[in-house]
Amino acid sequence: MQDLLWAIPLLPLLGAVVCGLLHARGGGARRLAGPVATLAVGASFVLSVLAFLEVRSGHEALRQLGGDWIAVDTLRVGFDLTLDRLSGFMMLIVAGVGFLIHVYSIGYMAHDEGKARFFAYLNLFVFSMSVLVLGGSFALLFVGWEGVGLMSYLLIGFWYDRDDGWPAKAGQKAFVANRVGDFGFLLGMFLLFGHFGTLDYAGILESDAMGTWTGGLAMGAALLLFLGATGKSAQIPLFVWLPDAMAGPTPVSALIHAATMVTAGVYMVCRASFLFPPEALLVVAWIGGITAFVAATMALFQRELKKVLAYSTVSQLGYMFLACGCGAFSAAIFHVGTHAFFKALLFLGAGSVIHGMHEENDAFKMGGLRRHMPWTHLTFLVGSLCLAGFPLTSGFFSKDEILWKTVEAGSPAAWALWTLGAATAALTAFYTFRLYSLIFLGGERFDAAHVHPHESPRLMTVPLALLAALSLVGGLMGLPAWLVHEGGWMHHWLEPVVMQVQPLHAAGYEPVDHHAELWFALASGAIAVVGILLGVAAYRRGPALDGRLERSRLTGPAYQLFFGKWFVDEIYELFILAPLALLSRLCAWFDLAVVDGLVNRVGQGFRELGRVNRRVQDGRLQSYALWMAGGTAVLLAWLVIQIM
Amino acid sequence: MDSPLLPILTFLPLLGAILVLVLPARGEGEAATPLWRLAQGIGLLTFLVSIPVWTGFDPDVAGPQLGFSVPWFHLNYVDVRMSLAVDGLSILLVMLTTLIMAVVFFSARSHVGRRDREFLFWLLLMECGMLGVFLATDFFVFYVFWEVMLIPLYFVIGIWGGARRLYASIKFFLYTMAGSVLMLLAIIWITGMPLAGADGRDVFTSDILAHAAQSNIPPEIQTWLFLAFAVAFLIKVPAFPFHTWLPDAHVEAPTSGSVVLAGVLLKMGTYGLIRFCLPIFPDATRFFAPWLMLIGVIGIVYGAWLAWAQSDMKKLVAYSSISHLGYIVLGTFALNAKGLQGSVIQMVSHGVATPALFLLVGMVYERRHTRAIADYGGVAKVMPRYAFFLVLATLASVGLPGLSGFIGEFTILLGSFMANSWLTAVAALGVVFGAVYMLSMVRRVLFGPIRNEENRGLKDLSARECLVLAPLVILFFWIGVSPTTFTSRTAKTLAQIQARVDASGQR
Repeated sequence: MQDLLWAIPLLPLLGAVVCGLLHARGGGARRLAGPVATLAVGASFVLSVLAFLEVRSGHEALRQLGGDWIAVDTLRVGFDLTLDRLSGFMMLIVAGVGFLIHVYSIGYMAHDEGKARFFAYLNLFVFSMSVLVLGGSFALLFVGWEGVGLMSYLLIGFWYDRDDGWPAKAGQKAFVANRVGDFGFLLGMFLLFGHFGTLDYAGILESDAMGTWTGGLAMGAALLLFLGATGKSAQIPLFVWLPDAMAGPTPVSALIHAATMVTAGVYMVCRASFLFPPEALLVVAWIGGITAFVAATMALFQRELKKVLAYSTVSQLGYMFLACGCGAFSAAIFHVGTHAFFKALLFLGAGSVIHGMHEENDAFKMGGLRRHMPWTHLTFLVGSLCLAGFPLTSGFFSKDEILWKTVEAGSPAAWALWTLGAATAALTAFYTFRLYSLIFLGGERFDAAHVHPHESPRLMTVPLALLAALSLVGGLMGLPAWLVHEGGWMHHWLEPVVMQVQPLHAAGYEPVDHHAELWFALASGAIAVVGILLGVAAYRRGPALDGRLERSRLTGPAYQLFFGKWFVDEIYELFILAPLALLSRLCAWFDLAVVDGLVNRVGQGFRELGRVNRRVQDGRLQSYALWMAGGTAVLLAWLVIQIM
Repeated sequence: MDSPLLPILTFLPLLGAILVLVLPARGEGEAATPLWRLAQGIGLLTFLVSIPVWTGFDPDVAGPQLGFSVPWFHLNYVDVRMSLAVDGLSILLVMLTTLIMAVVFFSARSHVGRRDREFLFWLLLMECGMLGVFLATDFFVFYVFWEVMLIPLYFVIGIWGGARRLYASIKFFLYTMAGSVLMLLAIIWITGMPLAGADGRDVFTSDILAHAAQSNIPPEIQTWLFLAFAVAFLIKVPAFPFHTWLPDAHVEAPTSGSVVLAGVLLKMGTYGLIRFCLPIFPDATRFFAPWLMLIGVIGIVYGAWLAWAQSDMKKLVAYSSISHLGYIVLGTFALNAKGLQGSVIQMVSHGVATPALFLLVGMVYERRHTRAIADYGGVAKVMPRYAFFLVLATLASVGLPGLSGFIGEFTILLGSFMANSWLTAVAALGVVFGAVYMLSMVRRVLFGPIRNEENRGLKDLSARECLVLAPLVILFFWIGVSPTTFTSRTAKTLAQIQARVDASGQR
């Protein structure tokens, strides 16, 4: 398998090229794009599984060294691929979930004339994501990082001519927000290179300079890298692009903006874990915790299906960073895995609903769909239970693990972080079942005369069923120690790869008793069940509660704040974008009036000078004689003075 | 002397220019076809002749290669020799020149329309001048070619340009001329400075590389000579605050004028900085380097802001050039191997991406006779091939890894970060702004619904237009995926230049 590592990214690349050619060919040939692309990702998945099994069976990592990509002076970046425990696990998710979403997309995009272009992008995405994950250096990670960003941009804007160009705007917003993150990533890499003289993971790990990686340098570099992660993984302060990214086709939201690309930031932090000093990890934890909570509040009252899911994705990604920040990288990656299953499932389910409702995305205009779409309903219910953390589902295990780790890590902020996480869990359970109830329960709030909801074709429901199964059993890989002896394999899986970081401990820290873990699990289970019940109870008949909350004097302001998404977009627009646009106009004026004005003034100055001097040569003999006489007089006078 | 390859390469376009003048064909309209065939043939042939230069180039040699030298004329103190040679600094730019000119000859006909004979004459003359500038190894030869390439663009803009073509062409000419005069004075001064000969006696020579290898000018004089050269080259780059001629020149120039200007002419400035300023005035270079880095950073950020504010596609691309060339100035004066090599790669990368953008702007201009971004929208729907190329060129321009722009930007920023991290942090903002203005343009031109009915009937790119863009697109990928092909050829020469600068610091 070691020698075939290159095929994992290259197969989808090849698929993309074929799809591109099919697109150019046009006509009936485009129908082949879906199967071709799916096959390419499927093959990639098989190879990933084989490689993963090799790693499981004892290999530390599979490495394949390619030639030099960049070789300038001391900067060497090779096409080196590494599949170790971390990248192997990520690859399973990327190619596995990617494969199911490809299958689903064949059905979803069946009637779109741009489907060959779509599958070309989708395959290019899988290619870029594989490079991101498998690349053996920060530089290659960055290559994949930019590649997935580009594909995200192109896929969000896939329907570029719809809705008055809104998807294209959303795509641009995503790209630019990510570029802000890239700015940090780049500078972080420069600091790394300046200190270690290499960007290879292995080179950095083995470097003698590791011992002096401390203080402001380490802190600065770690936070700059993390800024990159907040862009890609939609965390505060750069999360604003993700909700808008829902303008893309739903399979894109599932694959890129839920299951894989947005977890790239988490992957990067895990990969770079050994470079993060404890203080930086604490920042990561806080950002993650706060993002989790804030995004959950934003999801509370959204009306559009995909918006709710988008904010919930931001929120769940917050959990992953919370885990990273507490040094629980295994828990973070565990949640990456389970979240990929159930969030992809929810998005695809939402897509199925939207599909069946003739492109309706407003949950207020649905209701009672469980009768019309039994498979979609059942699988969506499974996804919702997982997201809400219903006991014994995969989402329960991974989320509970994170909450437990926030306390177990014993950082100075442990209880504050746990409270944030627990509150988020409650909100999550509530809004998830608000959404579920609005869609599937109660009476039909759509115009039954015009809208005829229907179940989606097999190509779409079978991937849903598979994802639902995975969501249910996905927790098995990380069963907690209170349930089975030693816990699931996931807990110690990453230990050889990620640094065993000791986070900051509060003064007088004492390890929390392991028996307490069970109590924490019971608490999170209870939180989930209560949240679910409240959500169902409040919305099973319809969305009336939202209106009451909005009008009530007590809850009105909070409702406005949450529904208005804390007005972050507006604040950015007002305080960052508008001033920058103004500055740019100011520069344009300054350049024309001042810089160029000066240049033209110099030109005019010479012309003026010429005009004045020209008078001397007026062509009249008399004035020449006068000048001559004057000149002679001056010369004579000078001579006289010299002689005297 | 030994190899006749370089003189053939340099003077083939001149021969073509003469042939174009004397060929008995009507110089305009349909009848001008033989003239075009001839020019295209010469352009292609020149490119083909440059291929053995590329393949025959030995990357392991730092000094001049394929040299050619014959006595030319005698000044009272030096023998000026007609000497040409190629080295690691010029090899990429020579290839870029022959490629871009071939592209121009095959793409220009649709927008020239009148006085074709003169147009072709000027362009062929310009190609001779540009190749001469890159290949000259004698100060006076260099200066002659420098002037030879300057005049044709004046006519190209002044005759075939837009509404304000006279203003733009005169501004371009006077601005560049002002710099040239300073440079000429400095050249005369330098050739009057003796170098140490083999037998210990003073030797007077106008050989550039001899001066670059052993000039020993007192630092206080270096300052003035450095400034004279630097100003001439910074005007040409153009760097802030000498940049305002560029948008005027670009906007008024016909497409092919813009393509040559962006593709090759702007690199004369950055080439000159590395060829002359660094090795001949190493002390002054070290002294001024921080300031020039600052000028580079200002160019990057300020140019990007200016580009953002534009409503004319061509003006936007013109300002983006200012931003992208800022990177080159920054990298050059970082005075380390990464910065220098990044700068040269960035020259080539900008030299393929920006001409592609200008060609693309020209292609819709020929269809709709407007360059206002607001007049477009939804073009991707009717011109999918156009959209493909425009997005690709944009991505190459904003530095997406895997395409050409990234390699230059990344190595330059890395190199300059080692020299001055705070300034580089500001420069790296260019990565963000670059995406903002380019993607805004792409979005407003290509995406959204078609608002203007006139755009509904737009014809997609023809096979010829695609073929013209194809070599540039190939280079986007070639440079992006396999930059070592290029950097391996530049490394030795640039290391030698850098060694000169380093040595001055240790004195």
